[in-house]
Amino acid sequence: MSKRKARDAHLPVGECIKQVQQILRERFCERRLPDRLEGVEAQYKHLLELLRRTAIHGESNSVLIVGPRGAGKTTLLQCVLRDLQKEEKVQKNLLQVHLNGAKPHLNSSQFKNPHVCWKSELDGWVCVFAAGLLQTDDRIALKEITRQLHLENVVGDKVFGSFAENLAFLLEALKKGNRSSSCPVLFVLDEFDLFAHHKNQTLLYNLFDVSQSAQAPIAVVGVTCRLDVLELLEKRVKSRFSHRQIHLLSSLNFTQYLERVWTQLSLPDSFPDKKFAQEWNAGVKTLCEDKSVEEVLQRHFNSSKDFRSLHMLLMLCLSRVSVAKPTIKPADLLEASRMCFADATANMLHGLSILELCLVIAMKHLNDVYEGEPFNLQMVHNEFKKFLHRKSNSMYNFEQPVVMKAFEHLQQLELIRPVDGSSAKVQREYQLMRLTLDHSQIMEALQKYPQCPTDIKQWAMSAFG
Amino acid sequence: MKYFTRMKIRRVYEWSGKPRSFNRRLKTYDYDSFAISVEGLSKIIINTGQDILIEGCDEDNPYVAKVTRLYGDENGQQMKAVVQWFMRVSEFPVNKLKLLGREPHPQEIFYYECRNCDNEVNVESILRPVKVKHLDSNDPFPDSADKDTLYVKLSWDSKVFRVVNSTVVESPAEPAPASSPPSCLKPSLPMSPSCSQSAATPRGPSRRVLPTPDHAIMHKASLGEVGCSSVGTPANVEAESLHSATKLSASKCLSAKRRNATARTPGVRKRLELSSPEKSVTGEEVLSQLLNEELESKVTLTRRPPPSPAHPLRVTHSLTPLRKAHRPTGAQCGVPLKSSSVFLNKRPLSDSESPLSPAKDDSTRATQKKELETIKEPVLSVLAEVENEKSPMVTETPRSSKRKSAMLVSSRIKKQLNLLENHQDPNSSGEEEDEFVPSKNDLLSSSEEEGQDEDGPNIDDQVSAKKFRYVATGSRNSRSKQKSYSSARTQRRTPAKKISPGTPQTPRHATPSIPIRSLQTQQPANILEEARARLHVSSVPESLPCREQEFQDIYSFVESKIVDNTGGCMYISGVPGTGKTATVHEVIRCLQHAADMDEIPSFHFIEINGMKMTDPHQAYVQILQKLTGQKATPDHAAVLLEKRFSNLAPRKETIVLLVDELDLLWTRKQNVMYNLFEWPARRHARLVVLTIANTMDLPERIMINRVASRLGLTRMSFQPYSFKQLQEIIMSRLNKLKAFEEDALQLVSRKVAALSGDARRCLDICRRATEICEHSAADPSSTGLVGMSHVMEALNEMFSSAYITAVRCASTQEQLFLRAVITEFRRLGLEEATFQQVFVQHQALCRIEGLKPIGVSEGLAVCQRLGACRLLLLEPSHLGVLQRIRLNVSQDDIFYALKAD
Repeated sequence: MSKRKARDAHLPVGECIKQVQQILRERFCERRLPDRLEGVEAQYKHLLELLRRTAIHGESNSVLIVGPRGAGKTTLLQCVLRDLQKEEKVQKNLLQVHLNGAKPHLNSSQFKNPHVCWKSELDGWVCVFAAGLLQTDDRIALKEITRQLHLENVVGDKVFGSFAENLAFLLEALKKGNRSSSCPVLFVLDEFDLFAHHKNQTLLYNLFDVSQSAQAPIAVVGVTCRLDVLELLEKRVKSRFSHRQIHLLSSLNFTQYLERVWTQLSLPDSFPDKKFAQEWNAGVKTLCEDKSVEEVLQRHFNSSKDFRSLHMLLMLCLSRVSVAKPTIKPADLLEASRMCFADATANMLHGLSILELCLVIAMKHLNDVYEGEPFNLQMVHNEFKKFLHRKSNSMYNFEQPVVMKAFEHLQQLELIRPVDGSSAKVQREYQLMRLTLDHSQIMEALQKYPQCPTDIKQWAMSAFG
Repeated sequence: MKYFTRMKIRRVYEWSGKPRSFNRRLKTYDYDSFAISVEGLSKIIINTGQDILIEGCDEDNPYVAKVTRLYGDENGQQMKAVVQWFMRVSEFPVNKLKLLGREPHPQEIFYYECRNCDNEVNVESILRPVKVKHLDSNDPFPDSADKDTLYVKLSWDSKVFRVVNSTVVESPAEPAPASSPPSCLKPSLPMSPSCSQSAATPRGPSRRVLPTPDHAIMHKASLGEVGCSSVGTPANVEAESLHSATKLSASKCLSAKRRNATARTPGVRKRLELSSPEKSVTGEEVLSQLLNEELESKVTLTRRPPPSPAHPLRVTHSLTPLRKAHRPTGAQCGVPLKSSSVFLNKRPLSDSESPLSPAKDDSTRATQKKELETIKEPVLSVLAEVENEKSPMVTETPRSSKRKSAMLVSSRIKKQLNLLENHQDPNSSGEEEDEFVPSKNDLLSSSEEEGQDEDGPNIDDQVSAKKFRYVATGSRNSRSKQKSYSSARTQRRTPAKKISPGTPQTPRHATPSIPIRSLQTQQPANILEEARARLHVSSVPESLPCREQEFQDIYSFVESKIVDNTGGCMYISGVPGTGKTATVHEVIRCLQHAADMDEIPSFHFIEINGMKMTDPHQAYVQILQKLTGQKATPDHAAVLLEKRFSNLAPRKETIVLLVDELDLLWTRKQNVMYNLFEWPARRHARLVVLTIANTMDLPERIMINRVASRLGLTRMSFQPYSFKQLQEIIMSRLNKLKAFEEDALQLVSRKVAALSGDARRCLDICRRATEICEHSAADPSSTGLVGMSHVMEALNEMFSSAYITAVRCASTQEQLFLRAVITEFRRLGLEEATFQQVFVQHQALCRIEGLKPIGVSEGLAVCQRLGACRLLLLEPSHLGVLQRIRLNVSQDDIFYALKAD
């Protein structure tokens, strides 16, 4: 041990950086479940108790996990499942754990992706995952459930029959079970709200009905970000739902947020090179105390409290760490923040030609004059011609077809968009359009536009065309 | 061969003989027998005590019964028969069949002991006689069953299967048969092979000995008779007469003969019980026609010969050419011989088997001959088939008496057959042999099938498909041992067909299940856990409080329908969670109990749920499946059900059908609903339909007039529970378990009653409250009971909207954006604004708040986040800044949430 330690202490910087990158990236990409959930202890306990009762007592339950995007709904569920699994194992060695196809940490990442469904048999119970984005109708969902429950083996060679048979089959399977002898089944419905849009909500009705009757014990866990999800349920389905909702609404304040940033960036004690870890952690500490950094983070915090966007920011910082620069500097964070807040549409304006830019400016003036009423090419062209006339500058004197081409290019870039009702019959010159840019975006773009002619800038800034 | 369905042929029913007695009070005459004649061609005589087939809804499987009494009114217009029913396997409700504990034999029937069924039938519905044989419950079924022989092992009294003793099945309690035969002992011929054949009804050997010779005599007599009476088709008539003789059990034959010796006009029933005559081989027909001439000579040879030892030999001779000429026929002829030989080897004394082979020869030939004469005439062909059965009698007597020669022949035939046999044959014959060693006298020749069923059900299952193929190609399988090719074929086919969808699927059906848990469920450890278990919606309470009136109404409705053997509809409405389905289930449970106690006739309960099917038409499929276990497409199922409910079926149990979530069975033409309500009104349907839906005026709202009219006015509506009722429900569930404070319960029930009156909600809240109580149990002030605070917390959790919390927990920019939305709405005076407009407000607000204004992209992201939570309602995001925004929360809520901040 000591020998290793000694060797570790002399780990080259490159190696250390590699390690740091690996550890932190895993964290930021949410490929590894946090050891302990912060801020959601009550919800964690509630869900854990609920699922434990299903597993141990065979009590059927249904619950919804509701929270905004990035609030950690899935992480919560995964943590609960992980801990439950451990617990059961501690309690008694029942079955072997069958995690299909993937290692546990891979599972979580797979699950992050709604297009991958996986199934795992925890100690003596079965989870079924279904994602609303993937199982777009009950038929597919049923097939997926059957597959995950390993029931399809029963059917043998027969390719699974009609939807009706499928449903009858599954219901029969569930009906056969009873509370005391059947293996509890956990149904996880990701994007639960989408299941509510299935025809007749057949799947939901049946799942909830099973959970409310003396059949095989099941727990239905719905994960959704819609607060009004219950209103989507049909009254019969709603009545069968237990109305348990676990809300994940983070109420953390800025100091907690800062703390979180710090813990997210700092290295664990288990890092091989202790010396490097200490230095790194100290660097992170000073970084967090930096005024400008705090400002940036405050802005992020104001914008959004969810950790996914924070992770995105930190990821950008992390990628700037290299052997030559083995710490995160405040400048990195500022740069990363700037990238995060960069306005995509405004950036697109930088690539426009002068003519196109002139047209955009003309549109802006039209918008000012007519208070957002739609315009057509002819009007824009006239506005542009007025400007040319005033300036008596022949430099931008373009033919009508050229202008038209530029106009169409703008449309292709979706910087302008035809008004809904305008029919295709209208000639293109007279088709009504709206500008999908805000004035601030145009002005910002003009400031940064490389070698923008001064008269155009002035034209853009002048109040009247 | 050729049996075309001749459904429409007119049958004439008339009493044969004088009335036996006259009932003065009812003015009815009792008769001993009657005759069915078919278009002057032939006659069948039916005696009391005889087993018959009665026209039913299923053409392939007519009802089986035994005539116990025949009577008619004074002027002879009404002909009635009192019967003792037997039940076919196919008539059983699927769930009841499970009680049997084994695979029923396709030809097994059950002595029906239910009192409540209508046992009086019109004589006109009687099709023809059938053979019913009693088997001891441990005996295997004979293997080569033909369609006309049915086996009774058990009786069924609508609840349990019991072993039935042979005398019950055998000797009718009523008049003539069993007692009479001993008295007339004229026949001197010893062993009668005909016993097994003619007297399908099992009887003791002693009895059996007697009647046989009688058959021979009868046969001769009939031959003679035919000679003078029959017009043009002597062979036919002869066949028929023989047939009729076989059909009668020997004893009955005797008695009948004694009583009216003159009345022996053999008749043939037209409507044979053929599963699907169309299916029966037509190619065969043609071939046999070609063969006719060649065969004819032999036919005459085989048929004419008087009982003599030489006869079996002749049979073998004839066999060879046959086989050469026409393979299927040959095979068929051969195998029966083989079977008989096996039989003989094993039990030389029980001669009943031997006649088979000659019989077959005879029959085929007779058939062929007949075809010669009237190929186009269906009736005749049927006759031919009928003849098959009785023909053995011609030869059987000699056969049995000359055992040695028979054995010789059989061994020879065996050799021949071995060449023909496919791999399956040894298997089956082996089994057969095993079977036969212990077999009793009353075993029929057909035991192989049963042997397979009992000994190797698995094999049977797996092989069934294969077998089916053999059948199609003119098999020489177990089937070949059946007496007549045609009947063998039809009969074999029917089960095969049923099996081919059924059998491979049986495992499919049997297995789908959730794996068994490896660890036992923990029992509730403390009061709160116990309370929670009891409060779970799924736990079925001993009784349903607060629904006594509704319970009583439904109970009496269903009960009266069951007792009266009529049908009816009832519509039950009520908001979710008011106990509709639970009450109906409770009613059914009570009725089942009553039926078990014999207080009411038994009935069959079926439940379908509109939500549990993918398409309204699946309702048919599910009903049919639950009724008969059949699988069918929706259209086919509808046809089958239609048939089932419109035909007379005296023994059918009343069916109670619960249709849950009726509104989902709505289709544009409403034919599903129409049928569901139409069937109960049918005369013989005996269907009680209970429908459940949520809305009270569903019939008026979504049903067209003719559907609503059929639904009738028997309606019931379940009111939402009042708080007292909810309280009572919880109390009754808790069952004196002290887990809740009184006030807490009252609070929950009042709250729920005020909102929805949904009992499920109430129970869920209570359950949640126990959890909360459990969590807070650590703090010392708690009493261990669920108190007001816990209930309040649970109520808040379940009823409070999360919007306000969500707004409170939103980030600063999100809150600002919401404020900007409201400001913009105020400015516009509309409840809608584009993002662009709101964004201007937002930036202004940012400046006021001293925050750095955000960019458009960021603003859009904020807007999207709020939209994902549905605090805002947004247009599709691709519209960018042009998308319109609405609030999904009231402005007051937002102000409230932001102000409290």
